[in-house]
Amino acid sequence: MSEIAQPSPIAVPLGSVRPLLRNWRRHVPLLLVAPLLIYMLVLYALPVLAMLLRSLNDPTWTLSHYTALFEDVVFAKTFWITLNTSVTVTLGCLVLGYPVAMGLVRAKTTAPLILVVILLPFWTSVLVRSYAWMVLLGRHGLVNEGLIALGMIDRPIRILNTPLATQIAMIHILLPYMILPIANALRQIDPSLIRAASGLGAMPFMTFRQVILPLSMSGVAAGTLLTFVLALGFYITPAMVGGPRDITLSMLIAQQVDQLNWAYAATLSAVLLVTALVILAVARRLPGVGNAFRMSMR
Amino acid sequence: MILARLVPAGVVGLILFFLAFPIVVVTVVSFSEATYLTFPPPAFGFRWYEAYFSSPDWLNPTWVSLWVAAAVVVLATSLGTLAALGIARLPKALRIFATGLILSPLIVPGIVVAIGIYYAYSHYGLVGTPIAMVLAHTCLAVPFVVTSVTASLSGIDPRLEQASLSLGATPGATFWQVTLPLIRPGVLVGALFAFITSFDELIVALFISGTGAVTLPRRMWDDLRFQIDPTIAAVSTLTIVLTVILMGAAHLLRKRSAA
Repeated sequence: MSEIAQPSPIAVPLGSVRPLLRNWRRHVPLLLVAPLLIYMLVLYALPVLAMLLRSLNDPTWTLSHYTALFEDVVFAKTFWITLNTSVTVTLGCLVLGYPVAMGLVRAKTTAPLILVVILLPFWTSVLVRSYAWMVLLGRHGLVNEGLIALGMIDRPIRILNTPLATQIAMIHILLPYMILPIANALRQIDPSLIRAASGLGAMPFMTFRQVILPLSMSGVAAGTLLTFVLALGFYITPAMVGGPRDITLSMLIAQQVDQLNWAYAATLSAVLLVTALVILAVARRLPGVGNAFRMSMR
Repeated sequence: MILARLVPAGVVGLILFFLAFPIVVVTVVSFSEATYLTFPPPAFGFRWYEAYFSSPDWLNPTWVSLWVAAAVVVLATSLGTLAALGIARLPKALRIFATGLILSPLIVPGIVVAIGIYYAYSHYGLVGTPIAMVLAHTCLAVPFVVTSVTASLSGIDPRLEQASLSLGATPGATFWQVTLPLIRPGVLVGALFAFITSFDELIVALFISGTGAVTLPRRMWDDLRFQIDPTIAAVSTLTIVLTVILMGAAHLLRKRSAA
């Protein structure tokens, strides 16, 4: 390898290479990126912006669509349901995800198996996973049959098409997004710190609170924000397993488009988009989060 | 081990069970002989797979999905790989703009992307055509190609390219003979991700597939509105198997190229 890395001084007069290199550096990068930039602008960014513009110029330039939101009962309820669902789901993912991340990091022989169990649902489409929960939570689904068999209930209870079903399915779908950044952070903790803590007489829980938890906070923050932002935009799962009256922001937007109410749909889209972007902008400023974020996006 | 004492293996096991169980149930139900959803199935067989493979209503959307995904792979992989090669060398302001634009589909809520695309594409009469599906899905798939190729580019030794150039190879020859072989795993991983992104995509398809380009997820969605017979379980199992094979391949490729 080192033989190639050290070009022999007589191979090529450097003068003939330099202009080529300079040309490459100056013009080629833009030419390489330009096709994709133009593609994304024309077929994605400008369409989305043109749609969002309907919130400002329908029928003439106005902010009235936004000011109207303050007195809009439907919007208030939908926004509340969306936030409430996202917070509940994120907390659920955190409580379930942290122990799994710890289990994954400490495991030696079973680590590949644990990783497969985490990645298998992660790779399965949201539609299929939501369908799986329809099968499980239905009136004659496995959960109801199981609860009856255990004698906890007498007759099937309604789980499917309730907010609870949405929360369970969304936690299931988003859990890997929480586990992976936390596991990443835990993996980077120097084991000698943990040994030092217990060597100095700290009880396991003390070690956890004083050493492990603080050092894993960047992963926790990244996982929490990622999960929360993704939860805000959920559409398919609440539409499939959620209650008919528990409409999330995404569902309301889709409904308004079906009724060709573009100004309202655009206004709601802008609110959803800005909420997500603000959270991410704040998240990037937290120490360590930006890094953990990039790792988990891959 | 201190971590072991803090988290009992049983707790981790239960949560992992919660993660895996729904997938297992769908797979098992797909081999049921019953005409309704019940678990465990009274008898096992392939009747729902036969139902799937003998129904044009299911096979046609499958072909649409496969063709759209294949076209997305070609388009997204070539555009994305080229961009990844140039993006690090752009001037700072342009680089930040380009990165933000290219990665934004990962962050922008799916419904916002979907209705924006629907809004514009319907102006040009594209809704309901496979071309519209390819054009739209490529935008969603490109971020995965760019991140994957960028990651493998950052892992190669810049001296290899410099050596090639200084030994007299043209930039073109250097790209084909030095750079491309080195980033091939990253390009392949990006292509696999692009395929799955398109093959599994539903929200954009709901708005722009119309009646002329119904994809498999769209067909499943329409079917679920009326019934949940086990044919969908069979279709789901087939798509799970396909995605697990492709994503598993991507995972192994990435691990091997990182090592």
